Amino acid sequence: MNLLLVVLVPLVGAGLTGWISRFGRMKSAWMTGGLTLLSLACLAPSALAPFAGEVVVRRWPWIPEVGLDLAFRLDGLGLLFAIMILGIGLLVVLYARYYLPERDGLGRFYAYLLLFMGSMLGIVLSENLIQLLIFWEMTSLSSFLLISYAYRKQESRTGARMALTVTGLGGLAMLGGFLLLGEMAGSYELSVILTQGDAIRADPLYTPMLVLILLGAFTKSAQFPFHFWLPHAMAAPTPVSAYLHSATLVKAGVFLLARLFPVLSGTPEWTWLVIGTGLATLLIGAGIAFFKHDLKGLLAYSTISHLGLITLLFGLGTPLAAVAAVFHILNHATFKASLFMAAGIIDHECGTRDMRRINGLWKFMPYTATLAMVAAASMAGVPLFNGFLSKEMFFAETADFSSGFEYGWILPSLVGLAGVLAVAYSLRFIHDVFFNGDPIDLPKTPQEPPFWMKAPVAVLVAICLLVGVLPALTVAPLLKIVVAAVLQAPPPAFDLAIWHGFGLPVVMSLIALFGGVLVYTTRRPLFKLAERVEGQLLAKALHDWILAGLLHGSALATRWLDSGSLQRLVLTLVLSVLALGLVGFLDDGSPLTGPRAILPIDGVSLFMTAMLILVATATLVLHRRRLTALIVVGAMGLLVALIFVKFSAPDLALTQLSVEIVTIVLLLLALYFLPQHSPDESSWARRLRDGGVAILAGAGAGALTWSILTRPFDSISDYFLANSLPGGGGSNVVNVILVDFRGYDTLGEISVLALAGLGIHALLKDLRLPGLERDAEGRPWNWDLHPSIMAALTRLLLPLALLVSVFIFLRGHNQPGGGFIAGLITAVALIMQYLTNGVAWTHSRLSGNMYPLIGAGLLIATLAGLGSLVFGYPFLTSAYTHVHWPIVGDFELASAMIFDLGVYLVVVGATLLILIHLGLMHQASHPGPNQGEESL
Amino acid sequence: MTHLVIAPVLLPLLAGILLLLTRPLLPLGVRRGLNLAAVAGQVALAVWLLTLVDGGAILTYNLGHWPAPFGIVLVADRLSVWMLLITALLAFFALLHAVRGTDRGSRHFHTLFQLQLFGLNGAFLTGDLFNLFVFFEVLLLASYGLMVHGGGARRVQAGLHFVVLNLVGSTLFLFAAGTLYGVLGTLNLADLAVKVAALPPENLGPVRAAGLLLLAVFALKAALVPLHLWLPAAYSSTSAPVAALFAIMTKVGAYCLLRVETLIFGAGAGELAGLYADWLWPLGLLTLLLGSLGALAATELRRQVAYLVVVSVGLLLSAFGLATPAGIAAGLYYLVHTTFAAAAFFLLADLIAEERGSLADRLVPGPTVRRVGLLGGLFFFTALLVAGLPPLPGFVGKFLVLRAALETPGWPWVMAVILTSGLLGIIALGRSGSLLFFATQGATNQGDSIPSDSPGKSGGSAWPTLGLLALGLILLAWSGPALEYCAAMADQLLDPQGYIQAVLEPPGAGDER
Repeated sequence: MNLLLVVLVPLVGAGLTGWISRFGRMKSAWMTGGLTLLSLACLAPSALAPFAGEVVVRRWPWIPEVGLDLAFRLDGLGLLFAIMILGIGLLVVLYARYYLPERDGLGRFYAYLLLFMGSMLGIVLSENLIQLLIFWEMTSLSSFLLISYAYRKQESRTGARMALTVTGLGGLAMLGGFLLLGEMAGSYELSVILTQGDAIRADPLYTPMLVLILLGAFTKSAQFPFHFWLPHAMAAPTPVSAYLHSATLVKAGVFLLARLFPVLSGTPEWTWLVIGTGLATLLIGAGIAFFKHDLKGLLAYSTISHLGLITLLFGLGTPLAAVAAVFHILNHATFKASLFMAAGIIDHECGTRDMRRINGLWKFMPYTATLAMVAAASMAGVPLFNGFLSKEMFFAETADFSSGFEYGWILPSLVGLAGVLAVAYSLRFIHDVFFNGDPIDLPKTPQEPPFWMKAPVAVLVAICLLVGVLPALTVAPLLKIVVAAVLQAPPPAFDLAIWHGFGLPVVMSLIALFGGVLVYTTRRPLFKLAERVEGQLLAKALHDWILAGLLHGSALATRWLDSGSLQRLVLTLVLSVLALGLVGFLDDGSPLTGPRAILPIDGVSLFMTAMLILVATATLVLHRRRLTALIVVGAMGLLVALIFVKFSAPDLALTQLSVEIVTIVLLLLALYFLPQHSPDESSWARRLRDGGVAILAGAGAGALTWSILTRPFDSISDYFLANSLPGGGGSNVVNVILVDFRGYDTLGEISVLALAGLGIHALLKDLRLPGLERDAEGRPWNWDLHPSIMAALTRLLLPLALLVSVFIFLRGHNQPGGGFIAGLITAVALIMQYLTNGVAWTHSRLSGNMYPLIGAGLLIATLAGLGSLVFGYPFLTSAYTHVHWPIVGDFELASAMIFDLGVYLVVVGATLLILIHLGLMHQASHPGPNQGEESL
Repeated sequence: MTHLVIAPVLLPLLAGILLLLTRPLLPLGVRRGLNLAAVAGQVALAVWLLTLVDGGAILTYNLGHWPAPFGIVLVADRLSVWMLLITALLAFFALLHAVRGTDRGSRHFHTLFQLQLFGLNGAFLTGDLFNLFVFFEVLLLASYGLMVHGGGARRVQAGLHFVVLNLVGSTLFLFAAGTLYGVLGTLNLADLAVKVAALPPENLGPVRAAGLLLLAVFALKAALVPLHLWLPAAYSSTSAPVAALFAIMTKVGAYCLLRVETLIFGAGAGELAGLYADWLWPLGLLTLLLGSLGALAATELRRQVAYLVVVSVGLLLSAFGLATPAGIAAGLYYLVHTTFAAAAFFLLADLIAEERGSLADRLVPGPTVRRVGLLGGLFFFTALLVAGLPPLPGFVGKFLVLRAALETPGWPWVMAVILTSGLLGIIALGRSGSLLFFATQGATNQGDSIPSDSPGKSGGSAWPTLGLLALGLILLAWSGPALEYCAAMADQLLDPQGYIQAVLEPPGAGDER
């Protein structure tokens, strides 16, 4: 449990810390320090286990199906990192409390810091790779928050986003790599993976897996060519830099190299990729560091260089190189953290970090200067400090590694060059800042910082010294168990001593020292040279260029695709469907035409087909004259009704007829608000294209129909014919299908109708469209709205029409008719009243409020369906009975008729609702005499 | 036969009718309460049904007591009920956001809302192709009404595009259903599966063409490339609660694709096996890429979120297209997460737009947002969720899909595209967050942005957003059981015999009337 707590305490504590800062900034500082200590305390019970050669693994199931559990692991490597994270974390907490300005509430800062600390601990204590990746990404995210802490500054935002982009890229690549690795090993658990090195290295997918994982490690550890994010991350407050860029964030990458060392290392791919990257990073980092005038910039590039060094060591792949790498991880963490803190003190005291202005600080802050100089000496690799020990091991290993190769001298010489540069920039840090004359034009007069601000630096510097002088007594035991964990094998014999006897490493160290001094003395001409090439730093420019290109490209692509044109949308849909249909048909050899015999052509069919074609063409020709075109469309509807009659479907014909009338009327009303003519807008090419597409689509639909009609038809419809009367109590199968067999569909459809009414009502509510004053020929609009002869006639017709609709409704179950048709007939009758007498006249006699009607209709239909539930039958089960009425005679009364009544009411209500509101808009739009008539 | 199966359809219908009839009679507060109660009732119903189907039972309901395949049948299996539950939960929080005042925007918001749920639940429960068409119509009309709710030129224009395009889609649906009925003689989905399995080779052509037409219809609903372009305009211009509710609309398309893919064109479909899967994953990947580019190019937050919905559709359908148990299970897990996450993001975008006054949600630097801590924090969290970053369920879903993809031959493509789109998502959201919350210099020029639906009403409650985000966290914590259920769903889908038997040979088939 304690391992989980080590990680959870900072993560959960983050929220608490953010909250507690309301009660004073010091509270959150104490809280953070306390939580860090608590986390350390949680670690303590298990801390000794690795020394006894044990690996502590604890597991809690999470998503066991896919091998994703919460699993924590503590071995030497994890322990070293956990101690560094928590130990340096504690010092940073203390330091930050003095560094950050008084006006800063600290709560947000410490919350982010704890979030980061917990994520980092999660990485180093993970047993499960996917869990490791989760924490890995969390460090990217929390470092984004930390870097963008001073978010009002442009450079903070840029730096944070750059870090997020680059490490995000790496994290995603690593996810891919881990998935492959998990597939190869059959598990995401390190305990399993670490034992399967040979099998994994022999896997055909080893190389892509390696590249993906290395991408993750290299981006995180700021390896060339992904190094550029790190200097920009220096926009973060200095405590953050001291924490992230010494012991934690950037070390996550090399931690991963160490973690997977037994599995991945030892192949040519590994050697080339890791050594090459490490070497390039080592040199480039050291080279640029020397030329940086910004104190933190120098440290940033030196960090990059040291990370390259560690990477290079892992690339060598020998056990002793691994020892050196691990040792240098520890050493770099101590001296770099203290240097960043010292740089922060200097920045804090001087108000600038420009080394061209900061000179001679020795006189102002001798204690800080001493501490910084010791740390810088360690960074340079001066004997008696810890940096020297690991650096000499590094020289020894590279020399050893390359001794067998033909051009083996290249590696040691390049490494030596990097050593020279390291000494040069360390010297610059010391000499430029603390000596070299007097400060130039500083915003503040520097003085020694408060004691507790120096204390963390002093602690770290003391460690540098202690380890440097007495390595065997201090770090050797820890190093042994770490190396055992890295190698998954007993550690090789190594001797930590200041003096190993005279040999190539000593020569290299000496060359580095004297060469570095030489380079530093010739710095002025070198700086001049550097100024000329400044700003052409390849990687950063490339990143910006790619990102800008990406934004621009995506904007272009999206603008081209997403043009907001409806025509384009429909065209895409039609073309897609054509393509799909074509593929569907042509993919195999099945014939288009089925085996069914084709009927002879009769005169009526021929005539109707010819008429349909004629009318359709006429619509096309006349479509610019909208009113005329609409009437022609109406003719098409009538033709379809005739076709229904021809094929003995009187119900459909009746429905079609009434639907056609209502639709045309509504369309006419709507057309009133549109120009009477469509302008001629399309080019010929466009018309040709659209024509072609239309013909193809029509041909496709035709071919599909042809293929169905020529095939034998064997369907469930026989069942409907057989069961309509005995089961549904009606001899009109169409109506029984509508209200009984598929009454549920009808219920849905009347809801659609109701929705159409409500939708249109909602849409038109506040719409005020200007109506036409004159028609297209320039004649003024006729205000004589309601011709009286017509009005008188329709008033007479109304009762008759209503009678007809009742008749149609009642006979519906057995004869052509039914609620739908009856509803339409009633609607038409009422529409005529509106048309001839006006809305106001009609409303004085008939409420214009149609919702109760629609709602009642839906309710009746639903309740009719629910009725059967009372008798234990499913929704919409119908019952019928024979009734004998005097005079009327014998007839069947089906419960489905109640349902049909609901249909009737909804049809009437929805149709009229739409009509009334379109009509009302007319009234409102007329500037003419009927202004006062609107009373709804 | 339990009547419980039809309850999720009837409850919103009756609630909708009630809300229509009581509009002038009851004060708005009471009607809001009624609506919320009805949605809560649907959550309860879905949970109840879930307990019934959890053991693998498939409940059927023969409407009108007509036996299948002659009457219409409702089918509640694991997947349907899962979708019902997601829909009801989503609707609850969307409505909670709407009752802050968005619902005043037009007369029938509450009725339309319930009828939209009627359409959704009906579509998830039906076992009949034509009935599915009917519910698509209900959905279309209700969503059109909701979409233009509140009015405004841009909204109405987007609504018009939406409705015209979907009417073309409906026509195609009829073509497809007609063709299938003409050749196979049935509309019952289970019966269609039986008929397709025994299809004589000379009839392959029309059935395959009809199947692919259906694919186009569902792809249009789901916003699969190249039929995705209606979505960004439609979702970004409508009001926040409606956009949030619409997070489930693309999933209706995805649901139908999955249902037809596994039931009708599954492994038992002979020649036509895998008809959908072969299209789904490549198009899904393309959707992922184009959606990510769109998110990167967006200049308004709501449009960006809309494009991120497209991205999620791509990932979802790529997963379904893998057609393996693990792939479908991964997709179903991801579906839950992405529905809630997208909805939460739409609601959050509304809150942010409210605080930014005339700048609304345009991605330009502006003055510091009020409540920057709360909104910025929520934005950060939601962005992680949507971009699929650890430790949130979006990451788990993405991981599951990638893991499932490794078992299929196309895995390098799937992995490359999913990871790339993930990076593009990070870049896009990092940029937006930075512009909205970090870059706080003044810069105001009025543009053609859509103001929030509750203008001048800043300080809107973040609880509905928080609620949706909490659902994501619950999913994360119970990822194990959730994935177990998803795997059970996938198994049930990939073995359609159970479905077919439940529909065509129900236990009490003897008692004809």
